[in-house]
Amino acid sequence: MKSVLLLLFTSLIFSVSAQVKISGKVTDAKNRPVAGASITLKNTYDGATTDSTGNYAFTTTEKGEQVIEITSTGFKLFEQKITIANTDIKVSATLKELVTELTAVVISTGSFEASDKKKGAVLSDIDIVTTPSANGDITSAFKSLPGSQQVGESEGLFVRGGTATESKIFIDGTQVNNFFFSGSPGVAQRGRFNPFLFKGTVFSTGGYSALYGQALSSALILESKDLPERSEADLGVSVVGVGGGMQHLAKDKKSSWGFSGNYTNLWLAFNVIKQKLDYFKIPVISDLDANFRFTTKGGGMIKMYSYISQTTLGSRTYDLDSLSMKDAFTLKNVNQYHNISWKQPMKNKWKFSTGLSYSNNKDNIDNELQDGNNVKQVITNPNFYAYKNFSLHTNGDYFQNRIMFDKKLKGLSGLRFGSELSVSNEQSTYTLYDGSSYKGTVKETMAALFGESDIYLTNSLAAKVGVRTEHSDLLKKWNIAPRASLAYQLGKYSSAGFAYGIFYQNPERKYLPTTSVLDFSKATHYILQYQMLTSVQTLRMELFYKKYNDLYKTGFNNFNQEVVIGNGGFGYAKGFELFWRDKKTIKNVDYWISYSYLDTQRDFLNFPASIQPSFAAKHTAAFVFKKFIMPWKTQFNLSYNFATGRPYYRIAYDNTLQKNVFTDRGTTINYNSCSFSANYLPNIGKKNPKVFAVWVLGINNVFGQKQIYTYNYSTDGTRKQPVTAQSTRFAFIGCFLSFGTDRTQDAINNNL
Amino acid sequence: MKKFIIASVLVTLSIAASAQSDKYVAAMQKNLAAMDTAFANPANLLVLANNFERIANAEKNQWLPYYYAAFCQVNYGFMLQDKDKVDDVADKATDFINKADSLMPNNSEISCIKSMIASCHMMVNPMQRWQEYGAESNGNMEKAMQQDPANPRPYFLKGQGLKYTPEQFGGGCKTAQPVLQTALEKYAAFKPASELDPNWGKKQVEQLLAGCK
Repeated sequence: MKSVLLLLFTSLIFSVSAQVKISGKVTDAKNRPVAGASITLKNTYDGATTDSTGNYAFTTTEKGEQVIEITSTGFKLFEQKITIANTDIKVSATLKELVTELTAVVISTGSFEASDKKKGAVLSDIDIVTTPSANGDITSAFKSLPGSQQVGESEGLFVRGGTATESKIFIDGTQVNNFFFSGSPGVAQRGRFNPFLFKGTVFSTGGYSALYGQALSSALILESKDLPERSEADLGVSVVGVGGGMQHLAKDKKSSWGFSGNYTNLWLAFNVIKQKLDYFKIPVISDLDANFRFTTKGGGMIKMYSYISQTTLGSRTYDLDSLSMKDAFTLKNVNQYHNISWKQPMKNKWKFSTGLSYSNNKDNIDNELQDGNNVKQVITNPNFYAYKNFSLHTNGDYFQNRIMFDKKLKGLSGLRFGSELSVSNEQSTYTLYDGSSYKGTVKETMAALFGESDIYLTNSLAAKVGVRTEHSDLLKKWNIAPRASLAYQLGKYSSAGFAYGIFYQNPERKYLPTTSVLDFSKATHYILQYQMLTSVQTLRMELFYKKYNDLYKTGFNNFNQEVVIGNGGFGYAKGFELFWRDKKTIKNVDYWISYSYLDTQRDFLNFPASIQPSFAAKHTAAFVFKKFIMPWKTQFNLSYNFATGRPYYRIAYDNTLQKNVFTDRGTTINYNSCSFSANYLPNIGKKNPKVFAVWVLGINNVFGQKQIYTYNYSTDGTRKQPVTAQSTRFAFIGCFLSFGTDRTQDAINNNL
Repeated sequence: MKKFIIASVLVTLSIAASAQSDKYVAAMQKNLAAMDTAFANPANLLVLANNFERIANAEKNQWLPYYYAAFCQVNYGFMLQDKDKVDDVADKATDFINKADSLMPNNSEISCIKSMIASCHMMVNPMQRWQEYGAESNGNMEKAMQQDPANPRPYFLKGQGLKYTPEQFGGGCKTAQPVLQTALEKYAAFKPASELDPNWGKKQVEQLLAGCK
């Protein structure tokens, strides 16, 4: 018995004295010390944390086979088996980097992202609505970034020497036709969709992903919001109209529905602010939309969105040929757009997504030649006057379906592939002064297959490689378009990138139908990027070269309509772009500067030769400044846009030379515009305010600077007239209120 | 003899168990004692967070080590100079507090930490994030008040938040003082469930109130 006790005591003493020291150094792959790493003897309390030199040491009384675990944020778990006897142990480790979204380099060559959540985003969602030159219009906000032109005479994004039709817009993966409102000729229109519908926007100025096609220059990719954070109702009143809507989030937070409606009437605005055009029918736009979203089993989501709108307007302008007579233009547009999308995670890191969209657009245009008393005139000598009396009725149906499978591989790497089917049917009826009418139908079925892979070799080297193939029924041709981009992390905040891609596009609807045999038009992009990005500053520089092949040339058919006759066009665009955003240097001030240099020439449509097109300025710059003044609860925004003069041409057919020639050409004055806006938020910071109000004041072209976009010529070419902004200045005043739904009933009751 | 063996086995087992729990209590106490000084140096706060994580992972069914690991992580997050790393740290704190939550559901102290984590996320970019994380932080704070009206810590968090909110936004000393006073009264009456249970914040409230004079 005694011996047993003795044994017990000695073993106790022994165990106390038998502490073993475990120490070592923890480094990363580049042999730099890792501070703050946690070392644990698995399933015990024993362990340590590395100091700033990466060293650690601790003692333990554990014995035998044990496991050492080392963890640190941003690194993979390190495990090592050890056997603890009576001697001290050294365990040093080299940790492997974890490739995560937070640490990995982001591929951003050629694209600007606006998002509140994603790393690498250059703009936040709210920037789109607080950029004063944009007036709350999604595409206009991107005109303050490098790459796009300050074109005021027509809508759309003119990117890196491309036309507006070379930029396509996608919502939840499917292409949107007629994204912009219809309007009078020579007046740029706004986009139809409310910027608050979207949670993330990617504006690609080139080298975009193989998931998208049919755009030679640029893709604007919009992603609609998921479930709202709470139920809400809102109401807006402004000088241009009224609008309101509500969003209802179910109690279980698994589904939501909502609707909104807007009535826009420019009567007040156009009476106060003189317009260049004489509106005998004030533009009136009514639109309604509705949405329904719900989560599915297994974390999927289905979103439905429907939109319908009607626009009517009538405007009169002096006829450039006679000067004594007028051109009267009336328009009625009805547009509807419906989109269903479904995303569903599946087993083994697969994800399935599909989207279905249908849209219909009807434009009824009537044009009349009128005398000084606004009475219709039919003049047949010279006969070009007679053609000023016409009507054009168009009806377009667009259907698109897209299916995609996504597989997550190791780390951030992934693979996705899918297919796309678009069917369109566009009909037009062109009626002349004598009642004779011409019907045209263009039907197209496009099928596309695409595949793309994200490859993250390390945190600092990432590639995206993809390929897309399309078949057009109209052209009876296949194309194959490879795309690739690469990003390499240079320093903690800086990276270099490269993008390459081939892009194809079909001819524009307005130059169809044609009897000519056609192929796709083609663009090849090469882009080089340097970027420095911190949470408060962004510096980005890009060099690009874009080569155009097989651009469409036009000629006149037997009915005197301009149609595509072949793929003989070509061109190039090259340039340099700079973007600098800074929220740090001046307290509470956020500003950005963008500059683009563009050298481009092309021969397409009716051009007699390769020229700098009229939609391309050599130098374009923008400055945006935002400051929130807390005591006033007001944000002030200022933007200044500049572009050097653009060339303009008169192109006419020379009967003796039997070809198109330039009969006149010139360059417009430089473009300058300064816009200002202020947003006053009286309820900001109040806990649970009943109403959240935003007052908005916006003034465009504050200094009334003269803006000439281009020139229009009379039929005989003897007279030219500048195309300018519709008013020297424009002012906007509005108030937007939102109510949390739990209190909406009160607000509604109080107002009744 | 048989009885003796059974009894001795039982005794040894219970000694082992109490030794185990003694070891747990001792380890927790040692780390809790180091907490006050750790706030002076973020690196030490991380050391404590790692220590609590070790205890938590070894014990697996104790909520307090997870709770303190989350508490140390989130405070480390508040003290970080490099804003790019804050979200990562706050996410780690979330992992811990969720584990604590599953072991001790519907707990006021845990809701307090959730509120702090949301505030920590918000601090990265208050202008952009206050709508989302501000609401989350407030929601958890109010939940904490409901779950245990005697708990002074949600009142401390509320008062602290108000003090650092600009006056134009309904903050400042004037609105913070009454809330901090309430917190102080509740601290005076508060008795932690055990010596290991949360019992922090009184000194900070006094400091905040002193700063308002």
